[in-house]
Amino acid sequence: MKELLSHFRSAVMSTLVLAAVCCGLYPLIVFGIAQAAFREQANGSLIVDKNGTVRGSTLLGQGFTADKYFHPRPSAAGNGYDAANSGGSNFGPTSQKLYDAIKDRIAACRKENGLKDTDAIPADAVTASGSGLDPHISVRNAELQVPRVARARSLSEKRILDMVARFTDKPDFNILGDPGVNVLELNLALDSNGAASVRRP
Amino acid sequence: MQTSGWLQLGLFVLALAAITKPVGLYLMRVLDANGRTWLDPVLRPLERLTYCLMGVDSSKEHDWKQYTLAMLAFSLVGCLFTYAILRLQHLLPLNPQGFGPLSPDLAFNTAASFTTNTNWQSYVGETTMSYLSQMVGLAFHNFVSAATGIAIAAALVRGLARHSVRTIGNFWVDLVRVTYYLLLPVCLVFALVLVSQGMIQNFKPYTKARLTESFNIQVAKTDDKGQPVTTNVAVTVQAPKLDENGQPMMVSGAAVMVDVPKLDEKGQPVMTNMPVMVDRKVDEQTIVQGPMASQVAIKMLGTNGGGYANANAAHPFENPTPLSNFLQMLSIFAIGSGLTYYLGRMTKNQAHGWSVWTAMMVLFLGGTLLCWWAEAKGNPVHQQLGVAVADGNMEGKEVRFGIFNSALFAAVTTDASCGAVNSMHDSFTALGGFVPLFNIQLGEIIVGGVGAGLYGMLVFVVLAVFIAGLMVGRTPEYLGKKIQSYEVKMAMLALLVLAVSILGFSAWASVSKCGLAGLNNAGPHGLSEMLYAYSSANGNNGSAFAGLNANTPWYNTTIGLAMLIGRFLMIVPILAMAGSLAQKKIAPPSAGTFPVAGGTFVVLLLGTVLLVGALNFLPALTLGPIVEHFLTLQGKLF
Repeated sequence: MKELLSHFRSAVMSTLVLAAVCCGLYPLIVFGIAQAAFREQANGSLIVDKNGTVRGSTLLGQGFTADKYFHPRPSAAGNGYDAANSGGSNFGPTSQKLYDAIKDRIAACRKENGLKDTDAIPADAVTASGSGLDPHISVRNAELQVPRVARARSLSEKRILDMVARFTDKPDFNILGDPGVNVLELNLALDSNGAASVRRP
Repeated sequence: MQTSGWLQLGLFVLALAAITKPVGLYLMRVLDANGRTWLDPVLRPLERLTYCLMGVDSSKEHDWKQYTLAMLAFSLVGCLFTYAILRLQHLLPLNPQGFGPLSPDLAFNTAASFTTNTNWQSYVGETTMSYLSQMVGLAFHNFVSAATGIAIAAALVRGLARHSVRTIGNFWVDLVRVTYYLLLPVCLVFALVLVSQGMIQNFKPYTKARLTESFNIQVAKTDDKGQPVTTNVAVTVQAPKLDENGQPMMVSGAAVMVDVPKLDEKGQPVMTNMPVMVDRKVDEQTIVQGPMASQVAIKMLGTNGGGYANANAAHPFENPTPLSNFLQMLSIFAIGSGLTYYLGRMTKNQAHGWSVWTAMMVLFLGGTLLCWWAEAKGNPVHQQLGVAVADGNMEGKEVRFGIFNSALFAAVTTDASCGAVNSMHDSFTALGGFVPLFNIQLGEIIVGGVGAGLYGMLVFVVLAVFIAGLMVGRTPEYLGKKIQSYEVKMAMLALLVLAVSILGFSAWASVSKCGLAGLNNAGPHGLSEMLYAYSSANGNNGSAFAGLNANTPWYNTTIGLAMLIGRFLMIVPILAMAGSLAQKKIAPPSAGTFPVAGGTFVVLLLGTVLLVGALNFLPALTLGPIVEHFLTLQGKLF
């Protein structure tokens, strides 16, 4: 009994001490160094316009539907690209709901971009991402949208393609991960005549 | 299965092999009460102060019963500590979003979940947890449950390495030293690397960003008191449509149905109150903020896996780049892999350590390749609609990771008991989703959770040695120690607890109303969702087929119990085994001793693992992912 009590005393004290070190000291040290050395990243890689308004984060996707914008992937986060309510659809491979959704999205994608009924559609264009906030679309998905965006903006396809290339994130060290086009950055740059979006320091 | 995937897989395995020895050697120092490290000048005084405050004599070792008692007391206190924080969240500081307290069942589930290193999450992080709850209530267990797991593994290895003694180490010393010398310093560096990739670390309230394109959503209209406004409408039912002759209209053999008002017995229309819906313009994006990096570093290194955000490591803040993804996967395996080297060093049989590691790698590669193949092949039903065949199954996956890194992450996180996800396992193809599920059911012994993976694998080693002994008709020996009925009983107990609890709870869920109410998918996929939930809980993994709505009192309670059973009913027999082994004498090896290193041993160990896993779970898996695979090929939907 005495041994049990002594164990409980140690348990309570170690909980307090370890909580102070691991949950007080440690995150604060990380916070201090991160804010000093990586201020932009530590605060969410935010994009601000010239009026100082926050327009989004380079890491988080946003919804776009107009013809003159590149369209992101379908999103299952809240009402779509809700960056405080991330998540996927969680529909399984035999889900009727998922089947119906993909069918509708394929039809819409073909119509918007003037594709033939036999043209295959890039998978990322018609499936929701895991986070619902995927900032990227595949390069093929972007290329497919180029003619539409060029027409809506009365610009040459070549010019839009150059912009797509500029906002394509390559695999890290050319080996890790897959390339992707950052939709929000690309669309904001299109709106500001090619100027890259400004990030908050 | 593209070349870039093979290159990345090779790189991953090479990197893992390269860090195994250094981590193992460092563990030798950390897990020795008098071991010296280069951090001593800073940490030694802190360590001494901690023992002083705890009233612990660091030179005194425990026998297995004292060790168990200390571990249980510590876990109980920690669990209550977190329960209290979650229930009192609204009264505590660092809550800029003003979140309310958690319900009792959710707080119990979450406290049990983090205490047991499971990190099953019934809640949505961004909309439930204050910064204090995340940083203290939850991250505390990310550290100490990991340290506890490593301590148990060390105790078992000491039991193997020592002879003719009763003691297996001091729990408090193991706990403090692992936390201070191993977890904290690595996490500090790792967290900063993650921030450099784009992970957030701040205490700001959530940021509002102005959208370029606003859109409308439908919300329930409320009056000035905040009460929903309702309107009285007629209830409708479906009835066959009639033609002018009063005959039901038929189209290709089926009656055409229309909505008609439902009538009560007096022939009057039945009315009901429906909320009035109005359009609300959404022109802002609310961006989550908070101290994420410090928590994510330990969530990975400690194989906890509980996400800061709901989407876990799929959320771009929580896993910004392929590089952060690679490092997170590596950190999940780092300590577990190093522990196999520690095993070899401690038992003075390095070949045995590497043999265990090899067996783990064979299982790891098998699972990874199957999952990758299945996901790269994609879903034939969707491909018939016009989805590009070469793209694979992208539902629930991020473009920056692609098919390969999603499949690899899924295998790694379930080989270990991590449970973080960078893609949604629920949306994997049937066979792709089978891999993470089966990995968990094998007992997470493929590298495994920190500590838990090693002690889980050693249970299988004991069993394999026992089976080998039966085959040749000799008393089985393991590293010079006789394996007798007591050890085999304890090993079987640890294995059976897992199977009985997973299958028992899943069976209950599949026949109870409360269980079925939570499903997001019908058909065999629904059974997979339940099976995955209890496998994940018992295995202390924490990942999910996340469509399951498990935030109900019934699921919270049963899953909470499953997690406690899976952790503590496994640990106690293992510590008992450690105590028994420590007391035995070491007999010198003879010609008849079964060697625990080399090809024969690896094959026998693999056979034991797969046989036990298959015998326990194949019947249930047949009704879930396996039948679903064949239904997908036939194009059947639910």
